[in-house]
Amino acid sequence: MKKSLFVASAVIIGGLFYGVFTMTHPFGNPGKAVMDDHFIDRALKDRSAQNIVTSLVFDYRGFDTLGEAAVLFTAVCSIGALFRAGRKRS
Amino acid sequence: MKPMSLIVITLTRVFSWFMIVFGAMVIMNGHHTPGGGFQGGAVVATFICFLLAAYGGKKFFTWVKAPIYSGLETIGLLVFFFLACLGLPNSFTYNFIAVAHPGEVLGGWLPSCGTISLMNIAVGFEVIGALSLTVIEMYEGTHMNESYFGGECGHDR
Amino acid sequence: MTGNLIYTVIALLMLISLVALVTQKNIIKICIAISILGASVNFYLVALGYRSGGTVPIHYLKGDNDLMVLPTPQCFTLTAIVIALATTALLFSLIIMIYKHYGTLDIDEIRRLRG
Repeated sequence: MKKSLFVASAVIIGGLFYGVFTMTHPFGNPGKAVMDDHFIDRALKDRSAQNIVTSLVFDYRGFDTLGEAAVLFTAVCSIGALFRAGRKRS
Repeated sequence: MKPMSLIVITLTRVFSWFMIVFGAMVIMNGHHTPGGGFQGGAVVATFICFLLAAYGGKKFFTWVKAPIYSGLETIGLLVFFFLACLGLPNSFTYNFIAVAHPGEVLGGWLPSCGTISLMNIAVGFEVIGALSLTVIEMYEGTHMNESYFGGECGHDR
Repeated sequence: MTGNLIYTVIALLMLISLVALVTQKNIIKICIAISILGASVNFYLVALGYRSGGTVPIHYLKGDNDLMVLPTPQCFTLTAIVIALATTALLFSLIIMIYKHYGTLDIDEIRRLRG
């Protein structure tokens, strides 16, 4: 029972890996990337941003970065709550 | 944690300030070189690890107070949110300071990047506060064994 | 040149982390496996966005080359790294609490000692 389960899971995971491997494009040739070319063309002309990655992080996808900063804040708050609960009641 | 040897303390005295200067450079030049708020904040936060590893806990807490970093983190997040809200008539995080220069490559003055540079500084402060506070809290958490209220402190000691 | 070798390396890294995630008993080793899994996903994202012969997506430093690497996967990776860092810090502080409470890091021991 355990061995057949192991073989079945190995076959499923190997099939998934093989499918992903055959479906991705060859390395170094992503084909036609319309969105990225639009960002590369327009980031300097519209907003005069030199660094396109920073322009994407803080300007085009700024709401994503706000959520990311909130996740960091929440993690630090929960670490503080976890460790301070033990210290105060002594 | 006991303080480490004299070699480590001397190395910390020499090199730990370069960490802050290098991190500040990464944060400030985030809009036209690789880097930004997150990476520079992580570099600056290694300073706290340096101090804690070299000087030990007792001397460390005479210099470093946790509420300063808590305030730094909160102020960074609030400034980021405020700057993002300022562009709200157009869209959230709209870059309202930047001036368009079509077809021209300019240097690093403020209208060439707009709110990106200001947001980099705000996020840098937030990451400095968050990572330093994580290190401080986890160090204090390893020393709360004597004052732990649960009663059971491990069965192998 | 190297062809699709880099995807094979990424698949190998992901398989190592999956096997370690299932078979290991120590919690710290499980956390290391989770970190390697996240790192391999980041690696895959960056490798997907590479154009052969491209430069950095910065106008200030690009030189004469106009072909640039895709910037969007790098943006996603930047987000994912910070979130993985926050998750790892929270996981390790939870492990400190578990060790304080149970005195062991073995998951079977922890389940047996409960209650």
